[in-house]
Amino acid sequence: MSVVTNPDAPTFRLDMLWRDERYRSGFIQAITMIILMLVVAWLVNNTVQNLAALGKDFNFSFLWQPAGYDINQQLIPYRSTDSNARAALVGIINTLVVAGLGCITATVLGIIAGVARLSKNWLIAKLMTVYVEGFRNVPVLLWILLTATVVNESLPAPRAFRDLETGAVVATNRGIYIPRPLFESGWLVLLIIAALSIAGAVLFSRYTKRHQEATGSQLPELGNAVRWIIAGTVGLISGVVIANVLFTLLSFTPLEEGNTIIVALGSAASLVLALAVVRWAANAQVAGLMIIILVVPTVVFYFLLGRPITLEYPTLQGFNFQGGIQLRDSLIALWLALSLYTGAFIAEIVRAGILSVSHGQSEAAFALGLRPNRTMKLVILPQALRVIVPPLISQFLNLTKNSSLAIAVGYMDATGTLGGITLNQTGREMECILLLMGFYLVLSLLISLVMNIYNSHVRLVER
Amino acid sequence: MSGTHAETVAYVADTQYDPEPAPSSSTGPIAWMRESLFSSWTNAGLTILCIALIAWIVPAILEWAVFQSVWNAKSLSECREIIATRFGEGAHGACWAVINERFGQLLYGFYPADLRWRPDTAALLLVVALVPILFRTMRPLVYAMAGLIAVKVVFAIAWTLMGDDGMDFLLSPTTFVALVVGGLAFVFGSEAVKSKWLYFTLAYPLIAYFLLWGGLIFEPVRSSLFGGFLLTMIIGVTGIAGSLPIGILLALGRQSRLPVLKMVCVTFIEFIRGVPLITLLFVASTLLNYFLPPGTNFDLILRVLIMVTLFASAYMAEVVRGGLAALPRGQYEAADTLGLTYWQGMRLIILPQALKISIPGIVNTFIGLFKDTTLVAVIGLLDPLGLTNPIRSDANWNGIVWELYGFIALLFFICCWSMSRYSMLLEKRLRASDRR
Repeated sequence: MSVVTNPDAPTFRLDMLWRDERYRSGFIQAITMIILMLVVAWLVNNTVQNLAALGKDFNFSFLWQPAGYDINQQLIPYRSTDSNARAALVGIINTLVVAGLGCITATVLGIIAGVARLSKNWLIAKLMTVYVEGFRNVPVLLWILLTATVVNESLPAPRAFRDLETGAVVATNRGIYIPRPLFESGWLVLLIIAALSIAGAVLFSRYTKRHQEATGSQLPELGNAVRWIIAGTVGLISGVVIANVLFTLLSFTPLEEGNTIIVALGSAASLVLALAVVRWAANAQVAGLMIIILVVPTVVFYFLLGRPITLEYPTLQGFNFQGGIQLRDSLIALWLALSLYTGAFIAEIVRAGILSVSHGQSEAAFALGLRPNRTMKLVILPQALRVIVPPLISQFLNLTKNSSLAIAVGYMDATGTLGGITLNQTGREMECILLLMGFYLVLSLLISLVMNIYNSHVRLVER
Repeated sequence: MSGTHAETVAYVADTQYDPEPAPSSSTGPIAWMRESLFSSWTNAGLTILCIALIAWIVPAILEWAVFQSVWNAKSLSECREIIATRFGEGAHGACWAVINERFGQLLYGFYPADLRWRPDTAALLLVVALVPILFRTMRPLVYAMAGLIAVKVVFAIAWTLMGDDGMDFLLSPTTFVALVVGGLAFVFGSEAVKSKWLYFTLAYPLIAYFLLWGGLIFEPVRSSLFGGFLLTMIIGVTGIAGSLPIGILLALGRQSRLPVLKMVCVTFIEFIRGVPLITLLFVASTLLNYFLPPGTNFDLILRVLIMVTLFASAYMAEVVRGGLAALPRGQYEAADTLGLTYWQGMRLIILPQALKISIPGIVNTFIGLFKDTTLVAVIGLLDPLGLTNPIRSDANWNGIVWELYGFIALLFFICCWSMSRYSMLLEKRLRASDRR
């Protein structure tokens, strides 16, 4: 009916640049580009002029000059005569240490608090709400300063340990001392054996999975004797571990009164715990065998090789503890504050994640006869994790960035070295801040990369 | 049939009995305790543990903060003496006297004492500017102003009775502003004329600038004197007000089909989100002057304001982008089909819905920004946290920690918590409009 005519393209007029679809996008982009370039050129020009006026130049050679200051917390050897670059590296490692430690504890805290907020126990749910609301609504810098005060005021001075037996870990107001591993000949062999047993455990878990898929049971039927050998071994291992932890905890702070009660209570609790482990291992054969595979070869070879790795315990000498690794009070305060603060946010994420799984899912799982813990593990968690993990990783990112507030408690992280003392001593603001921003940018881009990989991985699992 | 039945059965009920009340074990406090505190052995154990924890901590805190606290003293040592004489040696108590003495400083920093009515008025007018945005009518403003005047009257009477001069407090400029504004809101407060109040909101930044910095008819005040909670409010409110529009533009830019525009926005957002605020503040305090024409030198607070606004707008952009992405494609297509231009479609169809979805995220960003204002203490500005150092270096208050931090934490908690409550209220109200 209608006659399609093809009108001649109208001649180009200037207003078509922003009225006509065909030209508009190109025009806008060109304008943007030009403005952007002009702005950048203006900024660069200003900077060049300002630097020239101050008689400064732009180069990074200061990085190889001696830093001239001490860093109290260091993982790699560093002296004040080392270069600024080395000082920055120490700071970067310190940032990574506190961020890594913080992420782990914040996750643990957050999961506990998030699950507890959903608890049927009214009191626990309310207590956790107080924790979450309290920490979320107060600035992290304030928490860091407060925790530093708490650590300094509540932990005992080293001299409080004068006549006391101290163990592997000692907490003082100058920091927490943990044992330092000393490596002697043969430690590499031990490490290889440990790696091999981990590989063995992975292979074993794959085998049980395949076996379960083929036959329906996780393992070939084992005789009672074998089951009790497994249980006994695991019980022994856990007993040793529990006793060690108990001893460590006991020597943690100088406890003068009530030591006997605590020892008695602790021993009773560890006995009950060890028995529970034995009972559990007798039932959960796969897990029991896994523990044996993981632990026994390493322990046997540890003694066969003549104990190639020993622990150096901190000991009180004079007014301070010597030996061991000292985690400075500033590190402890920062770590604790960041974990508690981020933990409150993670708790909300975990809670939202669990609530996002519809109630029908757990009902269906119960209807199928799954026990509550298996329902959690096999049905709820895999679905909740998809909701939890992306915001969780962005919380890790936040924690890492917040760790730059270390400067407030004197912990020498990347901001404290590169953006702090080095900047002030060399007067190279431009270069230092550029490097600092570059470091954080790379770190956060790496974390987002991990997040994207995880997201695409999860998406593949979907239908 | 029925007759035989009645004869063979010994008893037949012919009236309706009143229902028995449920057994006491399934209703009432006992049932509730059974259900929610002692439902299993583990739960009972945990409950007892929690009760023990509360019984240990709460009395200790109350004793320190309330029962054994001192409100009037000249120094920390005097506080300790008073506590020692009143409650015995070794008693611990809070020395709130420091807050009492330094209250003005914690709120205004070093803002000249005789000009403090100006920040007060600015704060009052901020409420006036916010009410038309936050509420449906101007009624809440009337209540707020009436409440303010009532509180002032009560305090003035109390102070006069105690022998101090209370009339000064009552006759301050804020009272008159409150009276005028409250009256106006009472007369012109209906939903129909509410939009007129938005003109005031638009003009507010300028008014606040002249009130705080001075100029025109006001005596100028150097911004290096700004401090305390006043500074927190200046940075927080500016950041919040500035970041929303810039953030929306950035989010639209990131969604744009124009690759150059998109690239610019993505780079900006990812860069800002990738670095900690503290490095941006370092840029503000040390680097920004390099980027500007030689000889420009404007004050540190303005530089910080710019950086904080840019920082918050990158986060805001991501939140808004989430809202834009959550809208079904059909909405965009509907806008196109109606023949609306890009900006018309965005303004009338897309953004109202997208912003509504992203309200929780937006308020969270606001709260985060408000908390992050404390970071300016690191570059030497005297916000409440920054003020703790000069206060503690005073010989009278040397060694005071908990009281200061506790007070500041309480201030922030009140602000942030009420913001999050407001966002919950808003969410509920908007959800109700979705239900039909």
